Amino acid sequence: MSSVVTLNEASIGQISHGDVAHLGHGDHHHKETFISKYVFSLDHKTISKQFLVTGIIWAIIGGLFSVLFRLQLGYPNSTFPWLEDLLGHWAAGGKLRPEFYYALVTMHGTILVFFVLTAGLSGTFSNFLIPLQIGARDMASPLLNCMSYWFFFLASIVMASSLFVQTGPASGGWTVYPPLSALGDASSGSKIGMDLWLFSMAFFIVSSLLGGLNYITTVLNMRTKGMSMTRMPLTIWAFFFTAVLGVLSFPVLLSGAILLLFDRNLGTSFFLSDIVVAGKVLPNEGGSAILFQHLFWFLGHPEVYIILLPAMGMSSEILSVNSRKPIFGYMAMVGSMFAITILAFLVWAHHMFVTGLNPFLGAVFVLLTLLIAVPSAIKVFNWLTTLWRGNIRFTPAMLFAIGFVSLFISGGLTGIFLGNSALDIHLHDTYFVIAHFHIVMGVASFFGLFAGVYHWYPKMFGRYLNNTLGYIHFWITIVGAYLIFWPMHYEGLAGMPRRYYDFQNWESFKMFGGLNEFISFISILVFVAQLLFVINFFYSIWKGRKVTTLNPWNATTLEWTTPIRPGHGNWVGEIPEVHRWPYDYAREGKDGQDFIAQDVPIGANEEKH
Amino acid sequence: MKELLLLAIVLMILLVIFQIAKASEYVSVLKGEEKTRKQTNKINGFLLISFLIFGLIGVYVCNEWFFKKTLFPQGSASVEGEKIDFMLYLTIGVTGVIFFVTQILLFWFCFKYQEKAGKKAYFFPHNTNLELLWTTVPAIFLTVLVVFGLINWFKITGPAPDNATLVEVTGHQFGWEFRYPGTDGILGKKDYKLYNQPSGNTLGVDFKDVNSLDDYHTNLMHIPVNKPVKLVINAQDVIHDVGLVHFRMKMDAVPGIPTTLWFTPKYTTEEMKVRTGNANFVYEISCDQICGASHFSMRGVIVVETEEQYKKWLSEQVPEFITLNKANTPATDSVKMPLAANVK
Repeated sequence: MSSVVTLNEASIGQISHGDVAHLGHGDHHHKETFISKYVFSLDHKTISKQFLVTGIIWAIIGGLFSVLFRLQLGYPNSTFPWLEDLLGHWAAGGKLRPEFYYALVTMHGTILVFFVLTAGLSGTFSNFLIPLQIGARDMASPLLNCMSYWFFFLASIVMASSLFVQTGPASGGWTVYPPLSALGDASSGSKIGMDLWLFSMAFFIVSSLLGGLNYITTVLNMRTKGMSMTRMPLTIWAFFFTAVLGVLSFPVLLSGAILLLFDRNLGTSFFLSDIVVAGKVLPNEGGSAILFQHLFWFLGHPEVYIILLPAMGMSSEILSVNSRKPIFGYMAMVGSMFAITILAFLVWAHHMFVTGLNPFLGAVFVLLTLLIAVPSAIKVFNWLTTLWRGNIRFTPAMLFAIGFVSLFISGGLTGIFLGNSALDIHLHDTYFVIAHFHIVMGVASFFGLFAGVYHWYPKMFGRYLNNTLGYIHFWITIVGAYLIFWPMHYEGLAGMPRRYYDFQNWESFKMFGGLNEFISFISILVFVAQLLFVINFFYSIWKGRKVTTLNPWNATTLEWTTPIRPGHGNWVGEIPEVHRWPYDYAREGKDGQDFIAQDVPIGANEEKH
Repeated sequence: MKELLLLAIVLMILLVIFQIAKASEYVSVLKGEEKTRKQTNKINGFLLISFLIFGLIGVYVCNEWFFKKTLFPQGSASVEGEKIDFMLYLTIGVTGVIFFVTQILLFWFCFKYQEKAGKKAYFFPHNTNLELLWTTVPAIFLTVLVVFGLINWFKITGPAPDNATLVEVTGHQFGWEFRYPGTDGILGKKDYKLYNQPSGNTLGVDFKDVNSLDDYHTNLMHIPVNKPVKLVINAQDVIHDVGLVHFRMKMDAVPGIPTTLWFTPKYTTEEMKVRTGNANFVYEISCDQICGASHFSMRGVIVVETEEQYKKWLSEQVPEFITLNKANTPATDSVKMPLAANVK
């Protein structure tokens, strides 16, 4: 049914490609029930929206958690009676208890890193864009794809349920280092809450692996005719590398999680040795607490790039489209992403410089870590050159892509401080680290996510987001993000440790009370501003301005050759053939257009790309 | 009640913004979407360049306000920490240049090359020389940073000088305990299974080892100024971290895996009170690895004093072996006194 509607809309719109003749031959009129269409859907576009909406819900929860613990940090001497209404005994008297403060910090990290910026970002856009941009009707395995979402859903349910157990959710930090996370006697959050965390992560890893294998297979095998690897948009390259990273590194975290479950419940000693806790001498001997950190960061560091690469890919695409200029140095962009992917596996121990690691080993990791700055620098300068002599349109998506570049520079440069082990001794586990990774991984990737949503929303829902709200959202968010995280570098230079509930008893750290209050105030403001996006998102699904042209951004890529609201199977009739690279902007297109779409054959007097 | 009111106001503001945004969408349809688009493009181009200018002013102001609150203006309190201060200034210098150049170019290009009617973007897909330029230049800068970084890293993490004062630090939820090797300069053996709260042997010291008999167990850490000190670091329950911000030092305390760090304090606590202008100044040990609900209050204090003061303090300490025996078998305490007399 839906294909018929879109067909009409498509023929009304300005059809800019040569496939009109085929429009009538659609053979994808499945009989669909509500369950098969919206719940256990096999359509990659629906699954992508499921990831996105689940991600948005988690982002609101995770963001709200940060507001709650920022209240404690900003106003350590105030009480908020409504907190007790909300959290019960965890905020008796309107003051957050330290146990729950740590639970909130832990959940904020877990939710944002895994559920929002991994599942919500790469789950959404890999699913949505891979088939549409390479010219495939769906993923290689729609069933695995569907299972990938539902494993994520299961992980979400388990994690959400851990919020309500009596001893509280996991509270040992999102990195869950044992022995703290292994011993219920060491922390109430390490009781049942920790088991739930580990089970949830196990489901999440299954989801991620199913998704990742599918993305890799699809990109390698299902490209349309003429779509050679080097004609793929950078988005697809980014999703491809992301999937490779995930498939090769997530299993290591799974092994760590399972061993930790064994240590917790079966009396093994993988990570435990020489422990006296709560006055009890434990029998465990011979394990290594540091071993877990190796297993964790072997995923944990690639995870950073799992989060960042999709944002890089989408920003590259959006910068090019809206500068009306080809991306500068396409092959260098692919090459640098490849280099980042390889190096991502070889730098994990830079999170462990002060664990007592052999200094020689530390030195090797310094070298490999700082090597990442080279491909990162190439990317930044290529983005800048893409903007140079462009004809730039500031759509909300474009602003977020520009913001992404700015944040990536700011946060990337502070990585050079932390990656250099000598300097890391002082900065390790301080607010400098918080500032660094929130800017470069958290906010920057969120900007990539927002850029993607604003840019591809018309393709997702056949409607536009409200522009004015988009602009307000962007400006509050970028100004707010810098106001929150820039001054934190100074707290870090003063050695102020992260994960502290209160600094007032510390002669060395108590001078930042005013700044902490300021940061908390701004983060509340920025959180509220995100609700504008949420309102805009859900309102526009049903009430947004309708898309009336096939290709609203005048982009070259294949997703804009599908009907305005593509049905399952994406193209009515044959899949278009690709004849050129995806960045033919600033060219003489037909009808005076300044771009040539990928499915337009090479002209007689044109060089081949 | 106040909260509800606040919530209502926030919702009202969101609603108003939403309504304005909706209205502006209708207006743009009426005015012609192309015209509106051009207007908003100009506004956003202007905002981007303003963001750059105000951002740079903000960076300056922020530095004026907060740099003096960091530890760097007062300098490192340890000789080895000076290397870290040097690394910081070097890295700020290198990355600062890149930061300003790239951010200014980014927002300047956005402003300068914003869409103008009749203009067409320049087709410039790649340029090998440019790409080589910005591969090699960052690589050279990074080589400098890596070389200086590693030289200092090996110096800091290298073996402690032979004359270093040895102190054992043990972290547990949620505090620090210290052990000094006594006159023999050797710390007695420990076995965590000997931990015994009622007897007071909270570190699990093995008193069958003669080296342990003259060891002191203290709750405060005293060290002499201008002399290297080597810490042997243990944890009893979960991972902790000995964070010494003024000395620019940090090392995890891991159960089952002892770690070490060493440094040479430059100023006594009293001198630091003058240097910082803070009469309450103390050298603090902060736990820098999350270790449970009271992680934030896991505080230790180091007293840095002159050699004479340190020796005097040391001479007042009683070996743990004696204090434990005194507590447990009060009748025989006099037997052990000669041992204490041996200790200077």
